[in-house]
Amino acid sequence: MGTQSNTIIKASLLAFTLTLFAACGSTEDAEPPAEVVDSTPAPADTSGADDDPGPTTEELERERQLAQRVFYFDFDVAEFKAEDRETLATHAQNLAANMNRRIRLEGHADERGTREYNLALGERRANGILNYLIVNGASRGQIEVVSYGEERPEEAGQSEAAYAMNRRVEIVDQ
Amino acid sequence: MNPKRLLLAVLLLAAHAPAAAELSIQITRGVDDPIPIAVVPFATDGAVFGAEDVAEIVSNDLEQVGEFLALGRENLLSMPSEESEVFFRDWQLLAQDYLLVGKVSGSRGSQAVRVQYEFFDVNRELRLVGEVLTGNVSQMRDIGHEIANVVYEQVTGTRGAFTSRILYVVAEPAADGTSFRLEKADYDGQRPQVLLRSREPIMSPDWSPDGSEVAYVSFETDLPRIYIQDIASGQRRQITNYPGINSSPVFSPDGDRLAMVLSRDGSPDIYVQDLRSNELMRVTDHPAIDTEPSWTPDGRSIVFMSDRTGQPQIYQIELGASSFDVERLTYDCFQCAKARFLPDGVNLIHVRRETRQSPSYQIAIINIETLRVITLTDTSLDESPSLAPNGSMIMYATKFQGRGVLDAVSIDGLVKFRLPSAEGDVREPAWSPFLD
Repeated sequence: MGTQSNTIIKASLLAFTLTLFAACGSTEDAEPPAEVVDSTPAPADTSGADDDPGPTTEELERERQLAQRVFYFDFDVAEFKAEDRETLATHAQNLAANMNRRIRLEGHADERGTREYNLALGERRANGILNYLIVNGASRGQIEVVSYGEERPEEAGQSEAAYAMNRRVEIVDQ
Repeated sequence: MNPKRLLLAVLLLAAHAPAAAELSIQITRGVDDPIPIAVVPFATDGAVFGAEDVAEIVSNDLEQVGEFLALGRENLLSMPSEESEVFFRDWQLLAQDYLLVGKVSGSRGSQAVRVQYEFFDVNRELRLVGEVLTGNVSQMRDIGHEIANVVYEQVTGTRGAFTSRILYVVAEPAADGTSFRLEKADYDGQRPQVLLRSREPIMSPDWSPDGSEVAYVSFETDLPRIYIQDIASGQRRQITNYPGINSSPVFSPDGDRLAMVLSRDGSPDIYVQDLRSNELMRVTDHPAIDTEPSWTPDGRSIVFMSDRTGQPQIYQIELGASSFDVERLTYDCFQCAKARFLPDGVNLIHVRRETRQSPSYQIAIINIETLRVITLTDTSLDESPSLAPNGSMIMYATKFQGRGVLDAVSIDGLVKFRLPSAEGDVREPAWSPFLD
């Protein structure tokens, strides 16, 4: 993972925390955001002067989603799994919020079927994610797509389990 | 003869069956009734040091293609090296149909060798051919393959392909990832040479029709791009740099154009680039995947694979025709892919998956007029078929004990052999045209 995107995430986290602080200051009990309540059940004030409540649940979830860089596909299927939709939307929002960020979508296939067809299938998978990221706010110029087909398997072997690991799209920072 | 070499030869014979796997081709299946041929060890005349056993090279060649059975050396009754020493009755007694004899001569302090051979029809008691070949002592394999070509053509009427070469890709685990190599070797996998080494994938090698160049895909810039390399000099040039996939380069029969796949307009389509003017012509235009182009023997149409109906099937389009004017060639398989016509323009080699239920891929030939299908292989991950220049055999990639290996099968499916591979995954064989 590139260091640049790390700093960007941290910077935006801090900004978000500050806004929450401001909100807490003005309206004490009116409508405490669920995230704040969850993450600071009892502000024991362990950190002395710097009473940072830490990341909120929402922020932790965002970080978890952004940390997911590999998306797996079913056999003979070019569409990403429905369960990855939210995570990919978070990636798209992160790209939209950080216009300098550049990523590469690397598409892969398992070894069944001919090599050239798998090269095309890998691209089709990556393009599916590309389009979803754009619809969700990323800009086309931020994303490069490349397919490796079956040439760079993650897992060697001819088992179903290995094949499942190899049908994937990876998000790589540039 | 060098006593060390003799000893080695004896050891090899003793350790014949499994140990030979790494040293020579394994014949996995042959014809039921092979032609018996006696190949007598060539006599050595004068000082010939370090020369390989020509007779052994010839008999290996002939046995590998499955149609011949060479007489074991332990069964020889005599060791003639020229016509005057041949008694046909000896060979008739041994039930041999053909006989090859010869001698190798050289002189002390010189690398030059002279190989004389004579080939006989035992039943007709007739000398069919006799020739003298000269060369360097390091060229004994070339000389042996050349003699095998002559013998093969004398007996079968078909030109031998023993002096042809193959290209293939090797992927081998390395300290930091995978090492990819494009290699060239004799047709039997001997004398491999590295043409290109990369840490990024190499794909789809294809010979120019004159055998002087190879086109391939390399990911060395992190993107798949097409290159053409001169085989002798190693000089190379990048042919394409379009956005998206640039793949599947295939030379036209006249060598002037290169068919390829580009996805620059959204999805993979077939294009043809003129190698002189660099003019690019789009051939297919469909939102589905169109890939794996090959040329019809007349160079006027392109055969390709498309999944426009949902699964890969084979289609044909005439160059210059509207992209709607596409003829579908296969209907009877769940997936048919990677097709190429035999020189007759009727029989189509392809990779076939019969049903959705069994994801197993085999090499097959379909006659597009009668629709008769012959499935040539019975392993399950067979791909990348490539035809020998004499049309007798197809080399293809498969998996054996989890590793990529190259196998070859005769076009009638009767004969099979496996090429040796020392390490790594070997794949994507491309059999050369005739090189002489």
